[in-house]
Amino acid sequence: MSDKILMKGNEAIAEAAIIAGCRHYFGYPITPQTEIAAYMAKKMPKIGGTFLQAESEIAAINMVYGVASAGKRVMTSSSSPGVSLKGEGLSYLAGSDLPSLIVNVQRGGPGLGGIQPSQSDYFQSTRGGGHGDYHMIVLAPASVQEMAELTVKGFELADTYRMTAMILADGTMGQMMEPVSLDLDVKPAPEKPWATTGTGMAREHNIVNSLSLVPEELEELNFKRYDRYKVIEENETMYEEYKVEDADIVLAAFGIAARVSKNAVDEARKMGIKAGLIRPITLWPFPKAPFKAAAEHAKAFISVELNMGQMIEDVILATESKRPVTLCNRAGGMIPDPKQVLNSIIEVNGGIQ
Amino acid sequence: MNYKRLTILCGHYGSGKTNIAVNMAYDLKNQRDNIAVADLDIVNPYFRSKDSQKDFEQRGIRLICSDFASSNVDLPSMPADLYSITDDRSLSVILDIGGDDRGAYALGRLRDAILAENDYDMYMVVNKYRPLTPDAQSTLEVMGEIEGACGIPFTGIINNSNIARETTAADVLETVGYAEEVGRLSGLPVVCTTVEDRLFDELKDKISPLFSLTLQAKLI
Repeated sequence: MSDKILMKGNEAIAEAAIIAGCRHYFGYPITPQTEIAAYMAKKMPKIGGTFLQAESEIAAINMVYGVASAGKRVMTSSSSPGVSLKGEGLSYLAGSDLPSLIVNVQRGGPGLGGIQPSQSDYFQSTRGGGHGDYHMIVLAPASVQEMAELTVKGFELADTYRMTAMILADGTMGQMMEPVSLDLDVKPAPEKPWATTGTGMAREHNIVNSLSLVPEELEELNFKRYDRYKVIEENETMYEEYKVEDADIVLAAFGIAARVSKNAVDEARKMGIKAGLIRPITLWPFPKAPFKAAAEHAKAFISVELNMGQMIEDVILATESKRPVTLCNRAGGMIPDPKQVLNSIIEVNGGIQ
Repeated sequence: MNYKRLTILCGHYGSGKTNIAVNMAYDLKNQRDNIAVADLDIVNPYFRSKDSQKDFEQRGIRLICSDFASSNVDLPSMPADLYSITDDRSLSVILDIGGDDRGAYALGRLRDAILAENDYDMYMVVNKYRPLTPDAQSTLEVMGEIEGACGIPFTGIINNSNIARETTAADVLETVGYAEEVGRLSGLPVVCTTVEDRLFDELKDKISPLFSLTLQAKLI
């Protein structure tokens, strides 16, 4: 019998979180991520975990803050408008150096928008989302299998660097069903000597807090945090390259857009156009190195996105503006089809030679 | 397949009800003229029978479905012509019900009329490869919840065990025993096993009855 099972992307995230040792989930329903909460509601009571439907997204993120302070693996999930509500909590988690996993299964915006897939929270995710100087580790899965694997990875990175990891998926990734192997590699969680677990009258009490009374100390905290971000940029950047080696036209795409782009690259190659694809898996830290290297041989770049052009700014920065970068996009819940991407490749290439 | 006037498809969320509903409608259309598909899914705004609307129109199959389905109006709503399912007895209907007990509540509204007429089959669609129904016992739990929600007893089991495009014939064969156990424990017949059309020839002599499915979902 196959060792795989058939799962929705949202279910894969929920099950992988449980496998990673998460026993605390707080959330508030919103399409297209509700299956995460529904799955947790069914499963958590059976394994001694906590599923709690909070009265709002804001309540849920603050419950995450509480459990994270106690050193336990914890998560919440939402979709775009709900993540905006969590913005304040994300900043407080960052200011308190707390590990947690946040899932955003994006839908079309701005505002209430719609329920169809989108990638228009790229800026919000990679630039913060809340106030203050901080980053989150942002992971962008492109298959149901990766939804599971990156969930485990997200918990590990969050614990290692004491910060929030975000799974940035979209409605398609959340809703699509694919075979998944749940034979996931889970490393034991690190010790958390800073957690507020009770002193047992044996040590000084720990304080988890984002308030600093002395500006010099707050500056120092920010410096230290950014030293840590530097280490993450050096060690944790993830990406996939597809036929980039000899490519004249290099596509940049993540998540569902990368799947569409891969098809377009294959079609372009059949026509004799040397196309390739760089798929960032971490959106922060952004994989600058492969773009910089590709800019040495590629004629041009195309950023394929389900938004009005957000990641394109990182592509321009990473290629140091050495080559033209154009946008191929749909917005508002629409997905570019491979033909649109192929046409964009042909146009940038100056036709078919 | 042999069809009663009403064929109701219920099951765990994501067990494959909609694909079966669409394919059964095509099969039923070959046998009868006046048929409809009723998309009564109040749980999932995506991947529903309404996605096949154009195909239905071309084939002369009526679609009974909420106007808001497959739109940005994320509302659990019922079709305006809901009662034609039970009032118009010249019509044969395939009913595609939302997943789990939550989906089956919508069906409860038609319970009295369906039981009074008593010309229905209600099938439990099962997939052993879904994470929350990996064995007969967990599947029976879901069955019980669905019956409790809609108040209509099941009449049979459809084994739709698959892992999408990676499914092999061996993967399907492995699940025959599981489906039979669900049948034995519930006292209901396994009315058929459903497989994607590419596997039909390989399995037709090994599993009976076997029903071929042309999948409607897009691959990206």
